[in-house]
Amino acid sequence: MDVDQIRELVKEKGKTFPIKLLTEISEASERHNLTSGELDVLIEKIIESYNRAEVEPGEAVGTIAAQSVGEPGTQMTMRTFHYAGVAELNVTLGLPRLIEVVDARKKISTPTMAIYFDEGFNSDEEYIHKVANQIGKITLNDILKNFNVSYIDNTITAEIDEKIVDDKRLELEKITNEIKKTFKQVTINRNLLSFESTFSKDEDKLKHGIRELRLLADKVRDLQISGVKNIGKVVIRNEGSEWVVHTEGSNLGAILKMDNVDKVRTTTNDIYEIEKVLGIEAARNAIIQELITTMEEQGLAVDVRHVMLVADMMTVDGIVKSIGRHGISGEKSSVLARAAFEETGKHLLNASIRGEVDHLTGIIENVIIGQPIPLGTGSIGVVMNQDK
Amino acid sequence: MAKATKVYINGKLIGNTEEPEAFVEEVKQKRRRNELTHELNITYYSDNNEIYIFTDPGRARRPVIIVENGVSKLNDEIIDKVESGELEWFDLINNGIIEYIDAEEEENAYIAMFEEDVTPEHTHLEIDPSTMLGICAGIIPYANHNSSPRNTMEAGMTKQALGLYVSNYNLRTDTRAHLLHQPQMPVVKTKSMESTEYDKRPSGQNFVVAILSYEGYNMEDALIMNKAALERGLGRSSFFRSYEASERRYPGGQEDHFEYPESMVRGYRSEEVYKYLDEDGLINPEVKVKSGDVLIGKTSPPRFLEDMDEFGTVAERRRETSVTVRHGEHGIVDAVMLTETVEGNKLAKVRIRDHRQPEYGDKFASRHGQKGVLGLIVPQENMPFNENGMCPDLLINPHAIPSRMSIGQVIEMLAGKAGCMEGHCMDGTPFTGVPETEIMDLLRENGYETSGRETLYNGITGEKFKAEIFVGVAYYQKLHHMTSDKVYARSRGPVQVLTRQPTEGRAREGGLRFGEMERDCLIAHGAALSLKERLLDESDKYEAIVCSECGRLAIRDRIRDRVYCSICGETETFPIEISYAFKLLLDELKSLCISPNLILDDKV
Repeated sequence: MDVDQIRELVKEKGKTFPIKLLTEISEASERHNLTSGELDVLIEKIIESYNRAEVEPGEAVGTIAAQSVGEPGTQMTMRTFHYAGVAELNVTLGLPRLIEVVDARKKISTPTMAIYFDEGFNSDEEYIHKVANQIGKITLNDILKNFNVSYIDNTITAEIDEKIVDDKRLELEKITNEIKKTFKQVTINRNLLSFESTFSKDEDKLKHGIRELRLLADKVRDLQISGVKNIGKVVIRNEGSEWVVHTEGSNLGAILKMDNVDKVRTTTNDIYEIEKVLGIEAARNAIIQELITTMEEQGLAVDVRHVMLVADMMTVDGIVKSIGRHGISGEKSSVLARAAFEETGKHLLNASIRGEVDHLTGIIENVIIGQPIPLGTGSIGVVMNQDK
Repeated sequence: MAKATKVYINGKLIGNTEEPEAFVEEVKQKRRRNELTHELNITYYSDNNEIYIFTDPGRARRPVIIVENGVSKLNDEIIDKVESGELEWFDLINNGIIEYIDAEEEENAYIAMFEEDVTPEHTHLEIDPSTMLGICAGIIPYANHNSSPRNTMEAGMTKQALGLYVSNYNLRTDTRAHLLHQPQMPVVKTKSMESTEYDKRPSGQNFVVAILSYEGYNMEDALIMNKAALERGLGRSSFFRSYEASERRYPGGQEDHFEYPESMVRGYRSEEVYKYLDEDGLINPEVKVKSGDVLIGKTSPPRFLEDMDEFGTVAERRRETSVTVRHGEHGIVDAVMLTETVEGNKLAKVRIRDHRQPEYGDKFASRHGQKGVLGLIVPQENMPFNENGMCPDLLINPHAIPSRMSIGQVIEMLAGKAGCMEGHCMDGTPFTGVPETEIMDLLRENGYETSGRETLYNGITGEKFKAEIFVGVAYYQKLHHMTSDKVYARSRGPVQVLTRQPTEGRAREGGLRFGEMERDCLIAHGAALSLKERLLDESDKYEAIVCSECGRLAIRDRIRDRVYCSICGETETFPIEISYAFKLLLDELKSLCISPNLILDDKV
């Protein structure tokens, strides 16, 4: 039975369901070959639980969500640097991570990506290794065998380890070209490099020679040979039947542009980046995902709907906003509510300068002035029927 | 080239040395030869290549016997001399036999526990292993069998135990003092108790303890006690509080007076509270007083000259400044003392005594961090009993033991039982106390099971309990957290002047705070009107009058029976119900040059 028929059936019973639910019912009816009688019972049962799941008018969903997220939060251990799955990657977890997500930080402390690949490539270990090395940051230091700084003749000699170059699926020629481009005084003899300090010829400046030479040595070693911007170390991991690349650092935009990367599953834990690259709805989902997984890792179960409400509040305005002074709490319409939260003086002063009017529609304002709050039993009133 | 070792004295760099080990050794030797003060400690940290010397006060140090080349310096010859009184403690220190080391120097020391263990590598030998414990932890018998958190907790709790805190308590006027009525010295002792003379000022009593449940009244660490035992004086204590007042002299020749205040003084309370006072304004000993009763009647001269009558003369109305029994306390006047201050003013001190028989909620603890509050007092006839008709004084819950691993308590109870049967004290010193095997032998000799278990009978039905119950004697301490100091309830009462909200705290007859999180709960339940009742009606409800034109608070002139706005004049005004705290906020905003106006609107 298709979705429209289901919709009609539901309508007959005086209810309207969201499209997702209708699709699910239609799929289920086809999968199990339901008779119309069975379908009828199914729909009735679903209506029953749908009604039960509905939030009553005037329910304080925000407060309940805050308590439901906050209470398990108090039990979270403060253990931050805990290795999650990937042994070499360090990911912030627990309470600090939760705070980071809720604060909507632009620069998170440990950005990381999980890069998946398209069917046909994801089980090719050789290919994945090659791509991983394109993504991961490799500096000249990583592929050097011998590195010598000679303070006597003001030169630096180094030898590229061809074995590592092969191992990392790099090309020696490309590397030497890169080196030539960056450094002027360099002589390259296949894998032997020799750098000269710029000042070695200049007698005047030679007294600064040692310092210069050291700086040059650092520069040589830090020369980046390959890698995507903002991404550091990469770790390749076999997850079931496929290979996945985990990274330290994140650059979703650049990674998604690469060939054969699975654009659907590839993800980052940097919500700000998701918002930039994929948009606000993706950011909302990312917030939900991050909060739920962080809590689950600590063995805490919170109903998704509470977390969804948090994510919704953070993203309603089309940009990710933090919870707190700089985000949604700081943008409340009521002066009293804002003043009661943080920075009392600032809000009172600005309100008086602008001549703001507080319509006293929120909870906090009404608690302050001593009126019944417009929630729960306070959200209803009695109106006289004037016709009678 | 090895870098020179830096030398710090009390954290200040003073120089360096090329041979750190030799340097440290030399300093130590000099200290032992009494050429340097024995209060100095030196430590060499080879990993940071630094030497720390400390001479400053405030370090915890402890004495250990010096060992050289695997031989203890405290040999038989010296022990004999000490025994004959030829040598004293400080002779041992001055002669380099014993030295005090601090926590830092301990890092360089290798201390043998017992003399048999000494090897050439050892630098020191413990005088006794239990000397590593301080005063509080030293009281714990068999501390080496306990888990460390329990020992830590007990070390904290011994300080809260009631006992014979001083022996001249009758001559003292401590502002607050607790005194245990019949303190006993513990059956199971430790060696450190000898040094601290714990026997002379004990702070607990030996309880016969059975580990079993009784109708669930000892769950979650509650305690069940035998009513008859309590009536015999177990865990009974007195609480003393001293009050004082002096006749102050004021500039201008006026002074306070101890007297029976006349009814015309300002702030006169009521005849009722003055009834125990004598002519001299003082109360008599052994009078039963309750809170609010006046102990010392006192009047002071008027503070300001504000009491001018219509003729411009100062009306001589003295102020009432009597000392009364604190709110929530009661007792019997224990002593009244009259003396004088350093300046020669009359000084009166009154000590109130309150009798404290254990009641529900009083806190007790064994010496193993096993604390709990009294949850049930059972008449002796209902207590479980053994075949000899013996009832335990205390029942503790078996769940209190396994997760906390306070095995010391179990051993103490066994040792206590054996000690009681033998009629002498048992040595429960950590590491060296009487071993379990010996305790078991003693129990067997006295006809008890070695496990300490006994067949008990249900006190109510007389049936035999299916399981054998562990019974022993443990030393319990009464801690100074007692119900009568804490019980409190309020329906109505005083409010603060500034906010008109209820005052805070039991002593001020305050309200119980309905805090932010409690508020959140009512919000979460959607109980809007309950919330309003808590926060407004039961707190600082205020009826403000608002001017309909400007929105500022209007004034009600009760004398002329007029309501007007101080800005707009006699306009239409409306009464509104707000919290006084909000009215205060509006006033404070006005004082900040912000004019908050209330825009009134019809409801609905």
